[in-house]
Amino acid sequence: MAVAKERVGASPPPEQQSQVKWGERIIETVIKMGGISSIVIIALIFLFLLREGLPAFLDIPLRQLFGPTWYPIEEMFGMLPLLAGSLIVTVGAVAIALPLGLTTAIYLGEIAPPSLREILKPIIEVLAGIPSIVLGFLGWIALAPLIQNLGAPTGLTAFTGSLILAYMSLPTIISIAEDALYAVPKEYRDGALAIGATQWQAIWRVVLPAARPGLVIAVMLGIGRAIGETMAVMMVTGNAANIPSFQTGFFFVPVRTMTATIAAEMGEVAQGSLHYSTLFAIGIVLFVISFAINSLAGRLVGVDGVRRSRGGML
Amino acid sequence: MSNKIEVRDFDFYYGDFQALKGLNLDIRANAITALIGPSGCGKSTFLRCLNRMNDTIRGTRAEGEVRFDGANIYAPDVDVVELRQQIGMVFQRPNPFPQSIYDNVAFGPRVVGMAKRSDELDHIVAESLQGAALWDEVKHRLRDPALELNPGQQQRLCIARTIAVKPEVILMDEPCSALDPVATLSVEDLMRRLSEQYTIVIVTHNMQQAARASDYTGFFWLGELVEFNATESLFSAPKMPLTEAYITGRRG
Ligand SMILES: Nc1ncnc2c1ncn2[C@@H]1O[C@H](COP(=O)(O)OP(=O)(O)OP(=O)(O)O)[C@@H](O)[C@H]1O
Ligand SMILES: [Mg+2]
Repeated sequence: MAVAKERVGASPPPEQQSQVKWGERIIETVIKMGGISSIVIIALIFLFLLREGLPAFLDIPLRQLFGPTWYPIEEMFGMLPLLAGSLIVTVGAVAIALPLGLTTAIYLGEIAPPSLREILKPIIEVLAGIPSIVLGFLGWIALAPLIQNLGAPTGLTAFTGSLILAYMSLPTIISIAEDALYAVPKEYRDGALAIGATQWQAIWRVVLPAARPGLVIAVMLGIGRAIGETMAVMMVTGNAANIPSFQTGFFFVPVRTMTATIAAEMGEVAQGSLHYSTLFAIGIVLFVISFAINSLAGRLVGVDGVRRSRGGML
Repeated sequence: MSNKIEVRDFDFYYGDFQALKGLNLDIRANAITALIGPSGCGKSTFLRCLNRMNDTIRGTRAEGEVRFDGANIYAPDVDVVELRQQIGMVFQRPNPFPQSIYDNVAFGPRVVGMAKRSDELDHIVAESLQGAALWDEVKHRLRDPALELNPGQQQRLCIARTIAVKPEVILMDEPCSALDPVATLSVEDLMRRLSEQYTIVIVTHNMQQAARASDYTGFFWLGELVEFNATESLFSAPKMPLTEAYITGRRG
């Protein structure tokens, strides 16, 4: 009896109820359309990329397309130097940014007194907003001469690009990694300390593993920024399409990345030419690479993500 | 029976706020001591003072002495990490790490460096889980995530994790408040058995629990220890009117 009464009391009058339903339906439709349209747009972009880039895959033998010589004027379209350039600059950037970023995040999140954290965190987030072209400019006029003085034949090298990219991705990595550490419940730290772990052991064995999904995302977003970055890299890497070798100085030689190649050459090619579609082919390769990295990241996050959500913590 | 812990003229401050005032009490070895009192009276604060967990909170200050086996744990040369191995703690909400059941129990022995070989570690893990009355339920799934256990099992896992480093004292802060009645009884049973080997101090809001599961009871009120006595005497013949009002009020 009491239950029935409550139900009657809780339900709105009929006309109001249908209004509620309509409102719900409209919101649902809008959200659905938003979701679908972004998927469609991505699909269209990919299709366009395929349409423009496929001729290169069909007309140039694969062995040549991924060959060691990029010399478009002579119709030599070997992507290998560009792949190598992107790879070395990105890997270098990650190798610099990862340890720096994670240790800074750990310091900020676990060790620094709250007052210092409150000051440093906003500063770091502001750094993330510096336009990349400004950083490229700084790299060009300040960093490159410095590196040349250190003994490299030129200051515009893969290493210079890595440094600039690392600097660019650091704020992202630090800020998101610190959020991830912050989201780890205090109970985990207390639990570890209460059975005789040192602070460092609690961080290393409990907090970091618990924060792993967030840390992976932090690193991936940082790398994502580094891979996709064009302008700053173009300004400081010297843009020579060579495959760096140990004989020539490896990290300390000019290289040219895939993104820089597209940006630099797209303006001067005839639409529909082989050179043109090769630039799109480079785009496809980039697309595939970032897709692979993203799904790898998804897998790394996914494993723990499920377990964590069962525990009810983020 | 001897005293495991002796508290003398102990004050504790969060910044300017004095949370504990002039405490004096003795905690007997191999007994269960219950701490009761209204919310905010300082029970958890006091418990966390016994293994210096409050050191992790900034701006806190302790005065007076807490003697553990006769030595003041607030003396300047005390190694807090070592102290917490000897005086372990189980928290209000079960807090297993988001790792496997095995890794949770092995955590302490690993950080302390107790086991040199993996079969020694296996042995400690099994022994601790048996000690926490959890072994039969989990022995076939030691590699499963600890967070898949139910809350009662999680709390017993936390107890297993604590006893794995072979402490002498176990502090428990309302260990049953997140558990259902059946799980609560099994943890109480467990406490009784553990008290043969360990000294146990438990904070509880539940008068029945204090009455049936403890040997000694202390009643806190606004940061002061109003009364401390053998549990039977305290509940059947409280000396202070405040104590009587509280336990009858809470019973009613
Ligand atoms: N981290 C803190 N900073 C400042 N004050 C605190 C802190 N923790 C507790 N207090 C204060 O100290 C007093 C005692 O708190 P405590 O948590 O020890 O009470 P309690 O008896 O355990 O209460 P409950 O039964 O609700 O758990 C309270 O007034 C509380 O507000
Ligand atoms: Mg409490």
